[in-house]
Amino acid sequence: MRASLRRAERARTLRGLGLALPLILFTFVFFLLPIAGMLVKSVQNGPMPDILPQTSALLQPWRATEPRTLPDEAVFAAFAEELRTAARNRTLPELASRLNFENAGYRSLLMATARRLPETPAGSWRDTLVGLNPQWGEVAIWAALGRASPRLTEGYLLAALDHRRDDNDNVQPIDPSRAVYVAALTRTLEISAIVTFLCLVLAYPLAYRLATLPESTANLLMILVLLPFWTSLLVRTASWLVILQREGPLNEALQWLGVIGQPLDLVFNRPGVLIAMTHVLLPFMVLPIYSVMKGIPPNYMRAATSLGAPFFTAFRRVYLPLSLPGVTAGCLLVFILSIGYYITPLLIGGPNDQMVSALIAFLTLQTLNWGLAAALGAVLLVITVALYLVYTRVVGTDGMKLG
Amino acid sequence: MGERIRAIVLWSFSALVLAFLVLPLLVILPISFSSASFLSLPIPGVSLRWYETLLTSPAWGRAILNSFIVGAIATVIAVTLGTLAALGLHRNAFRGKALLMGVLISPMIVPIVIVALGSYFFYAPLGLSSSLLGLGLAHAALGAPFVLVTVSATLTGFDPNFARAAASLGAAPLTAFRRVTLPIIAPGVISGALFAFVTSFDEVVVALFLTGPLQRTLPRQMFDGIRENISPTILAAATLLILFAAGLLLTAELLRRRSVRLRGIR
Repeated sequence: MRASLRRAERARTLRGLGLALPLILFTFVFFLLPIAGMLVKSVQNGPMPDILPQTSALLQPWRATEPRTLPDEAVFAAFAEELRTAARNRTLPELASRLNFENAGYRSLLMATARRLPETPAGSWRDTLVGLNPQWGEVAIWAALGRASPRLTEGYLLAALDHRRDDNDNVQPIDPSRAVYVAALTRTLEISAIVTFLCLVLAYPLAYRLATLPESTANLLMILVLLPFWTSLLVRTASWLVILQREGPLNEALQWLGVIGQPLDLVFNRPGVLIAMTHVLLPFMVLPIYSVMKGIPPNYMRAATSLGAPFFTAFRRVYLPLSLPGVTAGCLLVFILSIGYYITPLLIGGPNDQMVSALIAFLTLQTLNWGLAAALGAVLLVITVALYLVYTRVVGTDGMKLG
Repeated sequence: MGERIRAIVLWSFSALVLAFLVLPLLVILPISFSSASFLSLPIPGVSLRWYETLLTSPAWGRAILNSFIVGAIATVIAVTLGTLAALGLHRNAFRGKALLMGVLISPMIVPIVIVALGSYFFYAPLGLSSSLLGLGLAHAALGAPFVLVTVSATLTGFDPNFARAAASLGAAPLTAFRRVTLPIIAPGVISGALFAFVTSFDEVVVALFLTGPLQRTLPRQMFDGIRENISPTILAAATLLILFAAGLLLTAELLRRRSVRLRGIR
């Protein structure tokens, strides 16, 4: 009896999973696989092991030597041979692009050397190459080739955290003048924290007002919260560009009121980004706080005040703790959403307000440094997933309520 | 007395926040009817010239059409898969369910640029980059969690005895679903569909990564317009989109009320 009941239960579970299977498979193929592919890209080294297989193999034992001196003649000879093959097979530009990520001069060094490479060496290959360009007599270029030679690399992830391996393969922070990625990450977290705080300050009193109104009035006013929520992000960004510009309505109004003498600069800088992002994300703070507050029976506050507690004491000791789950949910949601923001800071911010997402897009679409873009994406993903885990722990996946 | 002051302060603050939410959308409406090409108030004269530019331009027309095609692909896939999954997972307890739900909902919170970058690498070898179908598939993955969430929420108020009653009266499972379950969860399905459609219709980052000049969508067109030179034509498009959003919002709100009524809550 119990066994058959359990069997029936199992069959029901499986039938249910069967219904969910299409979505599970679809999410796997069109969402998880692409992200996994990005993670793989962030540690994939590039084409050198395929284009220069022998050189790559010979450089491995050389990389273990300490201290580094120039590789021996066998490496030079293999390199010269394979360089010629690569030039003939037209795979050289691909390799040159990869090496250019190591040092911006290496593309032309490689291309020029391949063009002028003789059929047979004048003396040793080492002397021949050094004769073509003295850089071949330095450890730096061979260390760069060494770093490009394995199939996998942690180089992009290091670069995403503003570190690199030097000519002896020791991890070093990069030159401060070129360190941009950690700064962008910090800036992203900073902007997100400020936006979350501003949203909370604006949303909490509004949610309290709405939650303590009669249902019909609250529903009517809720439409005002939901309208921006349903309106295109680009529409809202365009509106803020118009409002905040020097001759825009805000500056005109403030000047007319005599608050300011000169128009304020509000676009293409940080205040503009903060204002617009707060506007865009505010509904995501109001909704969870409002839905928690609606579940708090008004009697609790009445009981506290009737027992003699002043309003603010009653509020602090009774209402605030009860509303905290909504506050946590809202803050986590707004923070998670804002660290991925791209469009609003890009269009309203200046060069010093760009967030990580914008850098990722720039590296992918403009400089075509996909490894580094993927590595930055991986860092951003790790931060988001960590916060999301906290969110599901605190709020649960059922807590994602809409409208 | 203290209570009165408190109420006044709370009301004024709430009114200011509501104004902050809505006024930015209203400010651009009059400017889109301006006869001049500069973007400030007050407007020198009323004219429909920017709407004319918008509606007669082949680029904008193409973009609007593309957006509707992509949105339709994404919505159909998201609604079908999301509704089935919600039905299958509702009142179904098994080990690892929380993890599965977490994964299925994660497209809502993973930064969009990561999805865009992943799809950029993943779609090219499949021949799906620079195609409306590819963009529609990526958007369907982003929209499906919304359908899952809204339909699950509707199911929470759904009394399974209705379906059991239908079955005991001799209805085949599919008939019981079509005649009893579906009408009751329909508001959830439709509002999920609205969310999925808006997610796609408003999405620009994946579109930036995956589309060529021929697959330009409306948000992409607006993005380029704002970036190059923001003109009243953009504001005319924005005005139409605000009206569109208001329409969607009203539909969703009516559905929510209908759902509350049908489920017999209150």
